[in-house]
Amino acid sequence: MPNSPSDRSGARRRIAVQRKGPLLVEGPVEVELEDGSVVTSDRFRVALCTCRRSRRYPWCDTSHRDRA
Amino acid sequence: MEHDREEPRLPRPRGPLSRGVATYLRGAGGLPRLEEIVRAEVYGEDLQLALYLCYELHYRGFAGVSPDREWDPGLLRVRAALEQRFLSALRTDARVHDSLDEALADLLVEPVDGTGVSHFLRDEGELWHLREYAAQRSLYHLKEADPHAWVLPRLWGRAKAAMAAVEFDEWGGGRAERVHARLFADLMADLGLDTTYGRYLDAASAEALVTVNLMSLFGLHRALRGALVGHFATVEITSSPGSRRLAEAMRRTGAGPAAEHFYDEHVEADAVHEQVVRHDVIGGLLEQEPYLAPDVTFGIDATEFVEERFGARLLADWRASRSSLSAPLDRETTHTS
Repeated sequence: MPNSPSDRSGARRRIAVQRKGPLLVEGPVEVELEDGSVVTSDRFRVALCTCRRSRRYPWCDTSHRDRA
Repeated sequence: MEHDREEPRLPRPRGPLSRGVATYLRGAGGLPRLEEIVRAEVYGEDLQLALYLCYELHYRGFAGVSPDREWDPGLLRVRAALEQRFLSALRTDARVHDSLDEALADLLVEPVDGTGVSHFLRDEGELWHLREYAAQRSLYHLKEADPHAWVLPRLWGRAKAAMAAVEFDEWGGGRAERVHARLFADLMADLGLDTTYGRYLDAASAEALVTVNLMSLFGLHRALRGALVGHFATVEITSSPGSRRLAEAMRRTGAGPAAEHFYDEHVEADAVHEQVVRHDVIGGLLEQEPYLAPDVTFGIDATEFVEERFGARLLADWRASRSSLSAPLDRETTHTS
């Protein structure tokens, strides 16, 4: 069932934020890093690291998790 | 990589139950009697292989076995008796969390000094360990995400859309060369293993058969849809950190680029998948069917239970410098295509 053409919300990119955990962005995406380089992901959704601990930055690698 | 043009061969039997089922599948004899099923060791290789044979008819079947056997009433009765023993043992033996939130919270904590198989392989794994691990896990990874597809018609709304999206990603997002089962076959090729589907069924330990039978059991029964979702969540949540260690093991041993890539891809993919599964698959399912929360918890606890048994068996064998396999790799014929 197609969305109504007047419904523009379908064109907006949804980003889910969490206090603890990555930003979840609808893919595919291009991410421009500080040095100007661009990395891409074609996944239906991507998890962007916000804790800065990821070894695969800018992608989340679950390094934000509690350790015990 | 050309393979899977033919159905897998029936494996060697490992006792009266698996011999009975295999013989029946070939059309050469009667099925095991129920008394034999009641007597067998529930997590033992004979009962688990018999169950595996019943389940495989729903995936790829076996060479020389009629596809009609999939819905053979006599065989389904035997399968039900095997499943009843398996399921009641799991309900007795698996640790049970009081709530789903607690079960999920436990999965989300990373141990500082982990002692699991992925830690062992990262720190001291040699190529022969990695080859054994890949051969055992090939039973699961060459049908990666397949039994979870059976839950799709049993979900709707948010849970269905999210589950389908994660499955689509597991199957390569529409690209055959990115299907995770294919990436695993590429890893196997790097390790000098035969990538043919079903090739290492003879080599798999009882504990490895149990891990695959668990997901087939949950996948094939609508009544266990909550447990299937719990299984999927457990795999996705625990995969990222474990895959990072396995990628390091592959790099350190020089296993090869495809072997590294398989686990690197899982670090990244499953960091996304676990979010989607927790928020949208579990969240969506429980919005619609809140009474399934204990089933999801059971699925998590049962998965943890069988994975811990599998890991403990591998480590016990390896620490004793023993092979973990039921049939040695080098005695098997080499792959030629």
